[in-house]
Amino acid sequence: MNKTSNSAWTTLLLRRAFQIVALALLVGTLCFFMARSLPGDMATRIAAGRYGYDLVNNAAADAVRLELGLDRPLWLALLHWWGEIARADLGLSVVSGNTVWTEVLHQLGNTLELSVASLLLASAVGLPLGVWSGLHIGGWIDRATLAMAVVLRAMPPFLLAVLLMVLLAVQLDMVPVAGDDHHGSVLLPALTLGLGLAAGLARVTRAAMRDAAASPSFEFARIKGLTDRQALVRHGLRQAAVPVIAYLGVHAVFLVEGAVVVETLFAWPGIGHALVHAVFGRDVPMIQGTALCMGLLFVLFNLLVDAACLALDPRRRMGAPS
Amino acid sequence: MNLFEAFPLSRRHALQAAVAGLAAGSLRVAAQPGAAEPRPLQIVGSWEITGLAPANSGYMFTRLQVTETLMGAADDGTPEPALAERWSVSSDGLVWRFHLRPGVRFHDGTAVTAAAAVRCLQSARVAPSLLSVAPVRAVEADGDGTVVFRLASPYAGLPSLLAHSSTMVLAPSSYEPGGQVRRIVGSGPYRIDALAPPQSVETVVFDGYDGPRPTVRRVHYLTVSRAETRALMAESGQADLAYAIDPVSMTRLKKRASAHVEVVTLPRTAALKLNAGHPALKDVRVRRALSLAIDRAGIAKALLRDPELAAGQLFPPTLKGWYDPALPPLAYDPAQALQLLAEAGWKRGPDGLRDARGQPLRLSMRTFVDRPELPVLASALQEQFRQVGIAVQVAIGNSGDVPLGHRDGSLELALIARNYATVPDPTGTLLQDFGPGGGDWGAMGWSSPALRQVLAELALGKAGPERTLALRGQVARVLQQELPIVPIAWYRQQVAVSPRLAGVQLDPLERSYRLTRMAWQA
Repeated sequence: MNKTSNSAWTTLLLRRAFQIVALALLVGTLCFFMARSLPGDMATRIAAGRYGYDLVNNAAADAVRLELGLDRPLWLALLHWWGEIARADLGLSVVSGNTVWTEVLHQLGNTLELSVASLLLASAVGLPLGVWSGLHIGGWIDRATLAMAVVLRAMPPFLLAVLLMVLLAVQLDMVPVAGDDHHGSVLLPALTLGLGLAAGLARVTRAAMRDAAASPSFEFARIKGLTDRQALVRHGLRQAAVPVIAYLGVHAVFLVEGAVVVETLFAWPGIGHALVHAVFGRDVPMIQGTALCMGLLFVLFNLLVDAACLALDPRRRMGAPS
Repeated sequence: MNLFEAFPLSRRHALQAAVAGLAAGSLRVAAQPGAAEPRPLQIVGSWEITGLAPANSGYMFTRLQVTETLMGAADDGTPEPALAERWSVSSDGLVWRFHLRPGVRFHDGTAVTAAAAVRCLQSARVAPSLLSVAPVRAVEADGDGTVVFRLASPYAGLPSLLAHSSTMVLAPSSYEPGGQVRRIVGSGPYRIDALAPPQSVETVVFDGYDGPRPTVRRVHYLTVSRAETRALMAESGQADLAYAIDPVSMTRLKKRASAHVEVVTLPRTAALKLNAGHPALKDVRVRRALSLAIDRAGIAKALLRDPELAAGQLFPPTLKGWYDPALPPLAYDPAQALQLLAEAGWKRGPDGLRDARGQPLRLSMRTFVDRPELPVLASALQEQFRQVGIAVQVAIGNSGDVPLGHRDGSLELALIARNYATVPDPTGTLLQDFGPGGGDWGAMGWSSPALRQVLAELALGKAGPERTLALRGQVARVLQQELPIVPIAWYRQQVAVSPRLAGVQLDPLERSYRLTRMAWQA
């Protein structure tokens, strides 16, 4: 690795490290103020989250207020949280009483498992279709992929999920309907998320492949005597991969954050589901912890995308604009 | 398809990935029934483990028969022995003694002692645990086997309170030094094998239990918040017991052979809590008009798909002794509603009802999402009230908004679903709901000294069976006449049961899944 490329890597890492620190402070503080300024009484909401609608009453809310010191001034509570975050302590969930770290790690792990499965499925379906369509513009596969992409992108995940459940789990009895047993039950939620993503991925890959195939470098590879397949594998795919990876990076984040509906439908104990519950229950430490981890994940994914693009595209390492 | 032929590299990868994925999924699933140990009994329900403290999710562990309470209850609410095999009360009603079953062990092998029970009962004396409503002066251990309650005044409902899950008895090893519950170590016929809050629990038979050995060895509970998913899990055979099946799915399941549906009427009523201190609602004629405007039969038939759930009175038939079959049911009569409103001074204008000064009759109605049927019921009520000229604005929020609105006086109407047998005997709940200042989930701005007197007499527990029945009838009648809260619909628990399972019997008090009585079908 030469000097220019070294400095490109250093810049990338430094920039992201700075982003992480700024993000942690910003996200945590914003969440704090947002959760505090939501309408409704915090102690009552927390009591309702803890004890459910059959037991929540004003006496329970008063007990919660006293226990958590919700009467203390806002700035004191914020200072307390900053102190905790400086010690890498996210505090305790005010609803369940567990440490936020334990809960977030458990749920984030599940969500990542689901996201990775969806990405794999989406790539397995979307990439070959996209590459083929890009090389055969206007062919019937290209047109069929376009039609499928329109249908799948337009279909709400809720509907797709129920259709898949009825078809694959109830009628064909191939996979479990839902659950968290980590055997077959990840397949249906992963398909629900992955099919929509595959549709978009196929279209992006198609465009990237078309551009790569029309580029002078691809033409040169063929002129110098490579077969079509050799030119594709050695030059075309690499060139087409850069925009595709950028697209996947953005959507990996959406998978983590946008899986709320799918997680709830399939009883998958992920972080989207947990965040919604935390907001309902005014579980401020959980909201802060979850948002923080999601933010960090965003930075991490961006870092991975940048790194992958840097590794794939020599022009970026040379410091030239791509 | 010639796509893969032209592109062998990707074809191989794609096929490998697809085959590996499918194999990993379906083979493992297919392998399970063949294993030596049958797969666990799978229960799915909507309830989440929100924390390990007994007041948070204790009911999950009592239902799964992992933990026990001192007292149990028969289907009609009569106290039954549980962890305490017998109990006695002093003649002045102030000292209660509960004698524990001898030889009972916690799941960690230690003996269940009175001291361990007292520790749990002490922490159950603070809100929201229901024991906090009883006039308890002290809870003490008398030796290893007796728990003694000293009361400030007689309270006949004590055994009933001690049947509530918030008073469940946990082993000392459940608590961490700070007093928080970190593990669930109970004394029931099942012990926890794996616990992954908020969603799943797996239990296995506890070999040291002093009662008969259950046939079903392993049980897995999974929280599935969507009713559609629960129904599909039952239909596909993945769930053996699917609780809280929605009316639409129930109609479909009844046509299939893959699961049958068991139902039990619950002691819960969907009702309209109203602020009787509100200028319009303090007139009993307006409250009656509201009640007459509600088409309960229509709601029960169209929304709940069960015409028998139309609530003709507050107490559902499952609350025997409280439900009065002789009481004329609340009727649907919009014409009479309009007449009563006119008598109360509300004149029909072009855009609804207005009082003498031209002020419109506008009310806001709060409800919450925790029970998915409530927002739907709220919009039906909104329309039915509109037809008699009452404009109602619906606000759907959090269940805590109801007690909060009660306290700060901002509540006008609230659509709630009240469980009158949270503890098996409804007297305690009614005392909370219809006390001098009303109750967070009961009357607001309305109070009846006569009703309070009747409830106080019931709470003393000195009346004979006939007198008790008469007193309960009086409660039902007063509430029917005065309508401090307006009943709308009763509830049924609807459970999809797998044909593999025998001996399923639902608990109307929702205290237990009754797993020990179940067996696998031959």
